[in-house]
Amino acid sequence: MRKKSHDDTTVNSVLLRRPIQRWFPLFILPTFLCFLIGFIWPFLQGIYLSFCNFNTPKDAQWVGFSNYVKAFKDAGFIHAFWNTAAFAVVSILLINVVAFAIAYALTQKMRGANLFRTVFFMPNLIGGVVLGYIWSMIFDAILRNYSTYLTANATYGFWGLVILVAWQQIGYMMIIYIAGLQAIPGDMMEAAKIDGANGWQTLFKVTIPNVMPSITICTFLTLTNSFKLFDQNLALTGGAPSVMMAGTKVNMTELLALNIYSTYNINKNWHGAAQAKAVVFFLLVAVLAIAQQTATRKKEVQQ
Amino acid sequence: MKTRYSTASKILTIFFVILCLIWIIPIFEVLINSFKTNNAVNMDAFALPNSETFVGFDNYVKGMTFGNYPFVKALGYSLLITVVSVILILLFTSMSAWYIARVNSKFSKFFYFLCLFSMIVPFQMVMFTLTFTADQLKLNTPWTIPVVYLGFGAGLAIFMFVGFVKGLPLEIEEAAAIDGCGPVRTFFLVVLPMLKPTLISVGILETMWVWNDYLLPYLVLDRTKYMTIPILVQYLKGSYGTVDLGATMAVIMLSIIPIIIVYIFCQKHIIKGVAAGAVKG
Repeated sequence: MRKKSHDDTTVNSVLLRRPIQRWFPLFILPTFLCFLIGFIWPFLQGIYLSFCNFNTPKDAQWVGFSNYVKAFKDAGFIHAFWNTAAFAVVSILLINVVAFAIAYALTQKMRGANLFRTVFFMPNLIGGVVLGYIWSMIFDAILRNYSTYLTANATYGFWGLVILVAWQQIGYMMIIYIAGLQAIPGDMMEAAKIDGANGWQTLFKVTIPNVMPSITICTFLTLTNSFKLFDQNLALTGGAPSVMMAGTKVNMTELLALNIYSTYNINKNWHGAAQAKAVVFFLLVAVLAIAQQTATRKKEVQQ
Repeated sequence: MKTRYSTASKILTIFFVILCLIWIIPIFEVLINSFKTNNAVNMDAFALPNSETFVGFDNYVKGMTFGNYPFVKALGYSLLITVVSVILILLFTSMSAWYIARVNSKFSKFFYFLCLFSMIVPFQMVMFTLTFTADQLKLNTPWTIPVVYLGFGAGLAIFMFVGFVKGLPLEIEEAAAIDGCGPVRTFFLVVLPMLKPTLISVGILETMWVWNDYLLPYLVLDRTKYMTIPILVQYLKGSYGTVDLGATMAVIMLSIIPIIIVYIFCQKHIIKGVAAGAVKG
């Protein structure tokens, strides 16, 4: 997260530039063509199709903003938005507080710290679909004792997903916090000690301000992860249970990404609306990501 | 440096031992249930298998062909797609990143900006259109889908490589140029070896992504012929989930075991790679 690397002027060496440029077809072209196929073209076409009625891109007919109107009138979409927002707030707080606490404890002198770190990180390596399946089995087994099941109630599904995601991501964020904590200069901590700061004072006045870059990264990652969450949502509850709201079926535990996906799968009359939702979703994620970056960057300590 | 641990630290250690045990319960659950009958999993998933419910490796035998799709086939496709995609990404994006970092042209800046931009675009934005495009270009097989991965995954990789290349001293490459080394040889013999730490970080991040990715291969691949492990697991849940939980747990266990083995052997690299990747991102 060093600020420099972004706007750093690229080094231009006379000895290197021209000869490398001659090899443009080898160095750039393959990647750029794939990037064109895998990102740029689908992205532009996606924006265009959000203004169209279509089954496939070939039969697209321009309809203006009506897909967007349809998307915003969809109770399921609005519900998914609030659901995602609530889920993001809860999981950002939970994951970052716990991950920081664990990282803080593990960077103190402690026996077995490496082993603990290994265990906490492990769930990250397992894919979202498999995680969702594992946890749905566990939640169902617990709820069975109360003669109910996971998809019976949207509250269970919501908190179930929070627990799943916390279990998965705490280890990842912990690694980043550990790296941040270890980068604090030792003499700074010593100086605090000599000046008579107690444990809490050191934590809040020295440690936390110094790990602000890690906090920026972790809140950014947990924010975007929770907004983009799909696999876990699909595998854990798949949006169930659903309820009729104002004449439309609303999947109560659906987050935005899953809502877009299931909208597309209703039938071809909904393809355009699904793509319009995707554009709104993209704008939302982009605005949040940029806002978060500018907000927390200001708090970082210059070293 | 005191080597003795304080009482507080001992209590903390005990607390963490307990926390770690709680942490691995889900995996442990899958393990014990993979040895139980379907009924036993349904009735009480937390019970240890007893003489009545223990079925040995029956679930694993069943799991190998569960859902009329051989597990080994899904494993093979997952391996193929992951290995080819990650190699493609590492090779081509490091080349492009070197070009971007050393050639300060308008195109370089434009491409780099697009890479940064692509990192905040959620997959849902492009999923429908990418599926159509991949279909038309016949990228819907395990042998060609790596092209899609290179395209969609280029952003993060290029970003990380460019950051690293900018920190490399120019003098080494200039010396190579003076000694008559062309750009291709300079890159492969001089630059690429220096990129090793970033190659490991990017490699690990991309492997974790491609191996576990569900939606992209689900949408792009021809599902009647090709399934990866996440697709198979979701397929079992969708259509076979209530049929045999014990066998499904065995399939999940089979899909986790390779990951855990790799993790045990490379955990230092994986943890370092993740930390390095995040600090750059």
